[in-house]
Amino acid sequence: MAAHLKKRVYEEFTKVVQQQHEDLSTKKLRLTKPSKSAALHVDLCKATSPADALQYLLQFARKPVEVESVEGVVRILLEHYYKENDASVRLKIASLLGLLSKTAGFSPDCIMDDAINTLQNEKSHQVLAQLLDTLLVIGTKLPENPSVRMRLVEVACKHLTDSSHGVRNKCLQLIGCLGPVEKGGAKEAESQAAKDVQKIIGDHFNDQDPRVRTAAIKAMLQLHERGLKLQQAIYSQACKLLADDYEQVRSAAVQLIWVLSQLYPESIVPIPSSNEEIRLVDDAFGKICHMVSDGSWVVRVQAAKLLGSMQQVSSHFLEQTLDKKLMSDLRRKRTAHERAKELYSSGEFSSGRKWGDDAPKEEIDTGAVNLIESGACGAFVHGLEDEMYEVRIAAVEALCMLAQSSPSFAEKCLDFLVDMFNDEIEEVRLQSIHTMRKISHNITLREDQLDTVLAVLEDSSRDIREALHELLCCTNVSTKEGIHLALVELLKNLTKYPTDRESIWKCLKFLGSRHPTLVLPLVPELLSTHPFFDTPEPDMDDPAYIAVLVLIFNAAKSCPTMPALFSDHTFRHYAYLRDSLSHLVPPLRLPGRKLVSSAVSPSITPHEDPSQQFLHQSLERVYNFQHLDPRGIQELLEFTIRDLQRLGELQSELAGMADFTATYLQCQLLLIKALQEKLWNVAAPLYLKQNALASAAAKQILEETYKMEFMYSGVESRQVVIIHHMRLQAKALQLIVTARTTRGVEPLFGMCEKFLQEVDSFQRCFISELPHMQGSFVDKLLDLMPRLVTSKPSEVVKILQTTLRQSTFLHLPLPEQLHRATANIIEPTGESDNPLRFTSGLVVALDVDATLEHVQDPQGTVKVQVLYPDGQAQLIHPKPADFRNPGPGRHRLITQVYLSHTAWTEPCQIEVRLLLAYNSNRSKASTRIPKSTWNESLESLPPSENGIEGTIPFSKPVKVYIMPKPARR
Amino acid sequence: MPEIKVTPLGAGQDVGRSCILVSIAGKNVMLDCGMHMGYNDDRRFPDFSYITQNGRLTDFLDCVIISHFHLDHCGALPYFSEMVGYDGPIYMTHPTKAICPILLEDYRKITVDKKGETNFFTSQMIKDCMKKVVAVHLHQTVQVDEELEIKAYYAGHVLGAAMFQIKVGCESVVYTGDYNMTPDRHLGAAWIDKCRPDLLITESTYATTIRDSKRCRERDFLKKVHETVERGGKVLIPVFALGRAQELCILLETFWERMNLKAPIYFSTGLTEKANHYYKLFITWTNQKIRKTFVQRNMFEFKHIKAFDRAFADNPGPMVVFATPGMLHAGQSLQIFRKWAGNEKNMVIMPGYCVQGTVGHKILSGQRKLEMEGRQILEVKMQVEYMSFSAHADAKGIMQLIRQAEPRNVLLVHGEAKKMEFLKQKIEQEFHVSCFMPANGETTSILTNPCIPVDISLGLLKRETAIGPLPDAKRPKLMHGTLLMKDNSFRLVSPEQALKELGLAEHQLRFTCRVHIQDPRKEHETVLRVYNHLKGILKDYSVQHLPDGSITVESILIQATAHSEDQGTKVLLVSWTYQDEELGSYLTSLLKKGLPQSPP
Repeated sequence: MAAHLKKRVYEEFTKVVQQQHEDLSTKKLRLTKPSKSAALHVDLCKATSPADALQYLLQFARKPVEVESVEGVVRILLEHYYKENDASVRLKIASLLGLLSKTAGFSPDCIMDDAINTLQNEKSHQVLAQLLDTLLVIGTKLPENPSVRMRLVEVACKHLTDSSHGVRNKCLQLIGCLGPVEKGGAKEAESQAAKDVQKIIGDHFNDQDPRVRTAAIKAMLQLHERGLKLQQAIYSQACKLLADDYEQVRSAAVQLIWVLSQLYPESIVPIPSSNEEIRLVDDAFGKICHMVSDGSWVVRVQAAKLLGSMQQVSSHFLEQTLDKKLMSDLRRKRTAHERAKELYSSGEFSSGRKWGDDAPKEEIDTGAVNLIESGACGAFVHGLEDEMYEVRIAAVEALCMLAQSSPSFAEKCLDFLVDMFNDEIEEVRLQSIHTMRKISHNITLREDQLDTVLAVLEDSSRDIREALHELLCCTNVSTKEGIHLALVELLKNLTKYPTDRESIWKCLKFLGSRHPTLVLPLVPELLSTHPFFDTPEPDMDDPAYIAVLVLIFNAAKSCPTMPALFSDHTFRHYAYLRDSLSHLVPPLRLPGRKLVSSAVSPSITPHEDPSQQFLHQSLERVYNFQHLDPRGIQELLEFTIRDLQRLGELQSELAGMADFTATYLQCQLLLIKALQEKLWNVAAPLYLKQNALASAAAKQILEETYKMEFMYSGVESRQVVIIHHMRLQAKALQLIVTARTTRGVEPLFGMCEKFLQEVDSFQRCFISELPHMQGSFVDKLLDLMPRLVTSKPSEVVKILQTTLRQSTFLHLPLPEQLHRATANIIEPTGESDNPLRFTSGLVVALDVDATLEHVQDPQGTVKVQVLYPDGQAQLIHPKPADFRNPGPGRHRLITQVYLSHTAWTEPCQIEVRLLLAYNSNRSKASTRIPKSTWNESLESLPPSENGIEGTIPFSKPVKVYIMPKPARR
Repeated sequence: MPEIKVTPLGAGQDVGRSCILVSIAGKNVMLDCGMHMGYNDDRRFPDFSYITQNGRLTDFLDCVIISHFHLDHCGALPYFSEMVGYDGPIYMTHPTKAICPILLEDYRKITVDKKGETNFFTSQMIKDCMKKVVAVHLHQTVQVDEELEIKAYYAGHVLGAAMFQIKVGCESVVYTGDYNMTPDRHLGAAWIDKCRPDLLITESTYATTIRDSKRCRERDFLKKVHETVERGGKVLIPVFALGRAQELCILLETFWERMNLKAPIYFSTGLTEKANHYYKLFITWTNQKIRKTFVQRNMFEFKHIKAFDRAFADNPGPMVVFATPGMLHAGQSLQIFRKWAGNEKNMVIMPGYCVQGTVGHKILSGQRKLEMEGRQILEVKMQVEYMSFSAHADAKGIMQLIRQAEPRNVLLVHGEAKKMEFLKQKIEQEFHVSCFMPANGETTSILTNPCIPVDISLGLLKRETAIGPLPDAKRPKLMHGTLLMKDNSFRLVSPEQALKELGLAEHQLRFTCRVHIQDPRKEHETVLRVYNHLKGILKDYSVQHLPDGSITVESILIQATAHSEDQGTKVLLVSWTYQDEELGSYLTSLLKKGLPQSPP
């Protein structure tokens, strides 16, 4: 029998092989492939016991199977499936079927019938569940085949009555993933069973097994995700599930309720046990709020998270979430928040509190007290006091999102957020500080709140302090005492942690420019001037004094009366600080200082900034005079590049733009220079040196284009086209140079082909931009494309050369905002003379602290490079958690780099620097192409062959002195 | 009707001397065995003679459960077990078992050594008593005997505080002890699953209070201490040795850590050091933060808090001192208070309630001049602050726990009668369950409706559930079987098996019926007509015409004979068993209607 089968299988293979033979006549056959499935078959036949067979299958599962042989393998497996008596082996086979149908490129519709047939006679529930899982895989692999899906759903519906929870589970999952999403016309044609998947799934909300109930809710959510509009009728069912005994059911039910509340926010639902009706979203909000005090923390996290995204809820429900009526001995008591507020509004401050200050006041009507609050009452109060910090973080996040959309709520939740600044877990504190910053435009801090906020300035964690500085930058303070308090606390912070200097100065800069009128009355006190006596001149190098001056000067910018209060030395100090810390001290119009004022006055109109004008003018000039003689163009370019670079240094806000254009012009300059070389006229081998120059130019242009594409944030598709175009030109140049220097056509052949492919993909990617590129290199090239494809490499090179010379210089349109990614390594400072000693062979951890600006997705792109003196380089990928995001466009990398080396005789320096990794595949161009075209040309997108990965160094290297000692034995 | 009986010997409409007797399904359990702080005579211990006048206690009680180590919950234990005499098992959690003897010893010392009482338990008695203790883990189900089982849940009141579920068969009682629903700096919140007990016995200390968020309290406390220390003042915090003291220590310790403060913090008394040692050990009983960080650093290994020495009180410069006792009525805290009271830079913070008559109560009520022993007048210039740090659940917390556990009845203890009244009314109104609040010595009976488990053979269950479309557990289902009550156990078995086991012969019950039909034809022709007729109507059943001239429909037999007197009338004999009653009666009624007039 076995021999007979074996023979059959081999016959089958030969058949398969022959088919391949016919299909792919150009390729040589890979005859070794099918033997794999044959080997499996032999193994399986050899297996004497189920345990043996299981072993063989397990081994088989470890190796990948090629697309061509999948079907054969599946047939063999099925064959054995029918023969096998042992359930565990059948289970493994079923799971293998699923794995195999996942193989990329394999279309599983041919095995579907077989898979469905296996279900017929299966008795084991586990195997049945696994088979359904396989069907699910098959179904998801065939998304555009509704009839197949219909069939699978029908099969699943049939097995819904199974007594095992596993099978029902899988059936529901399958229905959720594959059930028909569109309703309407085609409905009649469909079979009875699959008519209303929602109804079928809904019936299982009351299943006896909690796992099945969960699966049913999940399936419903899956349907929603796939675009089916869920019926409102489910809402009441879902509400009942909120009281389920099992946490996973409740957790899923909360999600379902949230989905429904987003679908039907305005529907009206009745309140049970009364005649009133409320909006569905309010009702759902109340119910989810209720779940914030659930017994299981998983559900609590889930509920707290979802609350944040329910922005349609009416404000009076929203405000209830912060409400908690206090009482003591049945008498109403005010909360500490209310007391603080009252104290504030009564203008009284340092009242020493007595016992009984919080004594309860009025009696409460016992009937009116509602201990189990219905709905939203106090949900956030509970959430913020929760035992698990996960819940607290989720609650803070939700609070943030709701406060962002509702200013009145923001005002109310302030007290609670401020309280969270004292949480025991640092993450929670940090999160609440960030939250406060995000809603800062909606709020004004009262003095007592400010007091609590400022107390955190003494925190020993640097993250917390910096986050708080960040928060103070954008906080509104209501009184001059508040400003004074903030300044005093910041100065205290400065003396305690001198490393915070920069951050504190920056914070005071914003504090000053935001509250000029509040700073004004404080000036004499702050500068300690006296109406009659001269006071001693403060020390100019004192960071605290600088901090005070930064505050005052920034306030003075929009408060012209303030400089009158300055004493003489203040003006001198101003001049000094304006030069040394120009980013912190704004230009001021000072009386009797002509020079300063005249330079500053025009800059008040920011629209027509002269430097911006200058930038545009110089670019205009370059573009207009492109028909100048070559030498003239070169000179003009050189001058412009120099101007732009200088401009970038002077004007920090234009630096990105200036650098970007300068780089572009630099590329152009290099290209022109390379084409000017005389080598083109002479026989190739004689001019090896010039060749080196031209190919170096090509290489540099390539590098620069990658920098332009990946190092700047804010680059739009218009720029990307031009960058790619420049790169194409560089590649053409490279091709020409190679053609000149190498003998023989063989390598050239490949290069040409590759280049033409690139042109092709360029055309496909940027088809919409092509009309703007009249007369450019690529435009001409595309005209000549038919000729190029057919001609020989040498001709291609010739054509390229002429087109490259004749092509015009493309304008580079400038985007609105352009910023260059920069990184600054704060630590290690590279100043230490004490080498870091460690035993060779062991590791030492080096703390790296760096700020990154304008880096998109730093978690994926920023790497740390360590260069050892022996030239060995090490690339380290920091953990995603090492990146903090203190503000928009800014990131902070705080990580540890592990170093190790064999023993050295002397201490030596290593270099640490940051790199920006890029991959031209996930270039911005491909993501920017509109969705529709992307879907259509999914297959025709440039495949990975021209995906170039590389890194750009974008920080100054820092030297670290290390000394690996030999290990003592 | 079975019932659960509850009798509080202490803590019924009162705080202190917690001791509750519960009889459940024939088992007697004593919950807590505490002393009353307000009395120094016989009333300080529960009246154990209530249980039995002359018999041994061990014969009347199946077990004793202690919820936590506070003396009002365990203070009478050595007296109860050694002096009155109880040898049965005593259950408590591991931390309680560890810390309880320290407190008992301390209590003994104060009563015997300081007050000079004679008839009191000795150190040896405490040791002997602790030998009877069985320690339990959280969520561990302990079988006390074959039927009685107990299970501990986290209560969050002090280290090792637990709620206990007592279960006999399907009846169960949950006793909460003292618990706290809001987590604090060193303990988590109380938690219980949806165990749906017949009775929930809950404390109700704060029955009429809803508390403000703990964050405001903490912040105020820290701010006060911080400000005073920055001014260069000294802070005195009188505390009782265990429980809140650790909470405040953690609070200050973390604050010092966070803010990088340098002023010293001292903790007086050796007792606390010993207890603190246990706090370090039982990390699993603390809150999330401490559990997560103890690998790096155990939070109870205080970096900033050092042991206090009498001489330190005169040291210059700022400091914070925790000193016992908490009400400033004697001992070290009072000594320090006298030293520091004169300076307005200093501060005293009372973290809890003070009994009338103590120095603590006087200064809190605003008295500025105190008369000390020896007619000295002490002028209090230092600032006096009050902060309430209490680890009991407030009214909302109690309601939340009831919601979590979903009990069928609630019983309130450990609270004042007036406050209980309010909570009772609220519970009845919101949950629609009955609520009780017995006074000491008053017995409450609660009727239960326990379900009786019955074993069923798997074969029968499968066979019975297989009938019908979908198994739906939410709906009751009718089943056929035989209930066997044998040897104190219930079993549901199939009839065949029941017969076999009981050794009975099976009897068949048959119904027979005669139907008269007017048919002049021969007998076998009549039979044939009946056969054709039935065959035409009962398409789904097997209708057979047997060679002996009878018809069977399934198992129903039909025979035809001619009437002995009238040959034109045929008598049809229809016979069916009891099981086929439905079909049989249908057939008879069908035949009674007569045969259709077929064409001749």
